[in-house]
Amino acid sequence: MNYTADEMMSVAAARALADGMSCFVGIGLPSTAANLARRTHAPNLTLIYESGCLGAKPSRLPLSIGDGELADTADAVVSVPEVFNYWLQPGRIDVGFLGAAQLDKFGNINTTVIGADYADPKVRLPGAGGAPEIAASCREVFVVLRQSSRAFVERVDFVTSFGHGSGKGDRERLGLRGAGPTLVVTDLGLLRPDPETSELTLTELHPGIELAQVRQATGWQLKVAKDLAGTPEPTETELHILRELKKASE
Amino acid sequence: MAKVLSLAEGIAELVHDGDVVALEGFTHLIPVAAGQEIIRQRRKNLTLVRMTPDIVYDQLIGAGCARKLIFSWGGNPGVGSLHRFRDAVQHSWPVPLAIEEHSHAGMANRYVAGASGLPFAVLRGYTGTDLPNQTATIKPITCPFTGEQLTAVPALNPDVTIVHAQRADRAGNVQLWGIAGVQKEAVLAAKRSLVTVEEIVDELEPKPGALVLPGWAVTAVAEVPFGALPSYAAGYYERDNDAYQAWDAISKNREEFGKWLSGVGKQGAGASE
Repeated sequence: MNYTADEMMSVAAARALADGMSCFVGIGLPSTAANLARRTHAPNLTLIYESGCLGAKPSRLPLSIGDGELADTADAVVSVPEVFNYWLQPGRIDVGFLGAAQLDKFGNINTTVIGADYADPKVRLPGAGGAPEIAASCREVFVVLRQSSRAFVERVDFVTSFGHGSGKGDRERLGLRGAGPTLVVTDLGLLRPDPETSELTLTELHPGIELAQVRQATGWQLKVAKDLAGTPEPTETELHILRELKKASE
Repeated sequence: MAKVLSLAEGIAELVHDGDVVALEGFTHLIPVAAGQEIIRQRRKNLTLVRMTPDIVYDQLIGAGCARKLIFSWGGNPGVGSLHRFRDAVQHSWPVPLAIEEHSHAGMANRYVAGASGLPFAVLRGYTGTDLPNQTATIKPITCPFTGEQLTAVPALNPDVTIVHAQRADRAGNVQLWGIAGVQKEAVLAAKRSLVTVEEIVDELEPKPGALVLPGWAVTAVAEVPFGALPSYAAGYYERDNDAYQAWDAISKNREEFGKWLSGVGKQGAGASE
């Protein structure tokens, strides 16, 4: 069966979400994956959007974080202070699912500025949104983004959302309660923090992807797990449902 | 009791040059018509506040109404960047724009403190990020009971907050439902407030789950049908996603934006495109 690299990425990201989990969903790729998961192996996945929609069950992919579809299908719609203070901050949510403009080898996320000078940036990005506290307070964090040497950098220009800082133990030292990024899903494979160092390490390759390709698309000396595995191909069902979902959203 | 005014009167009376102005709305019920009326009345040197500045803030910034933006996420939702905002930050066009940047949790708590009459709010936030290095309004604070290190952010008390809602009655009691964002806190935090509504009715029918802002807590209401377009108003109209897409091309270069801007100047209050 034919499929695109983006479809493989969405399928792999969806598979990471277990049934019965609660997931704080970022817009775009994370939302696609979470909605695919809910329609395949995880019908009891609770989707939480920062607009205050708890338990949203959209029939199409929302274009924005506050689409009417999310509110109309939610178990409850709460205010924005409530979603952050009562639901996110105490650590009630299992997974925070985020995108990124830049990601570094310790899973720190930048969505603020490209360039070393904050006051005079090369590119001004949208900013933090809910991500810093999602990355801090969810029990764990998954990140999904396309892999390229521009996006996967040794050190992010700006730490918008804290991952593992400069390595193992930094989160504990800062008193952060959640485990931080435990999985990064890209169009080429999966990366996970090394248990000893917290450095993101390639643990799975998607079908048809060469290791050299992944190294090329990584801005640091990528480490590869000894037991590097291959991602199973998307099933016909996964692809069918993903495509239906995308079609319904056009 | 709130005054019932026209949109033009409401902006003329409540929004002054140099004010700190918050137009809130989280994807839903964005007071777009009110923002464009501010442009039409050529307000200057505003400090604009909003969690999610989107295209109406791009318009205000491109029109040169703002000298500062206090925000947590500035983008065109589902489309991409705000080009006028970028041009202002990267090239000081048409005027330099100072920024004060937060996270959503920080901004939401700043409004909560403002609405509560407190000087600051406490949260677990920003830990380990570079934001506190750039934003003076993020400070560490130690819990006096446990000794835990937390984060403090100062209250936001805008000179004026503007929001859009579905309905009001003639006494200015406002009814708002669907995604309510941070609008209640933003109104209660402000010195003055203007609520634009889809319709003013003789009597508000109670609606389960709806938020009510009593007329005595609001300065003025103005009836502005379709005042949230191209965002949406639950129960009234859907989001015009094409308009958000179209804004990308309009805002991309200064000349196209200039044409759009001269169109706004010629229109009457309430028209959005």
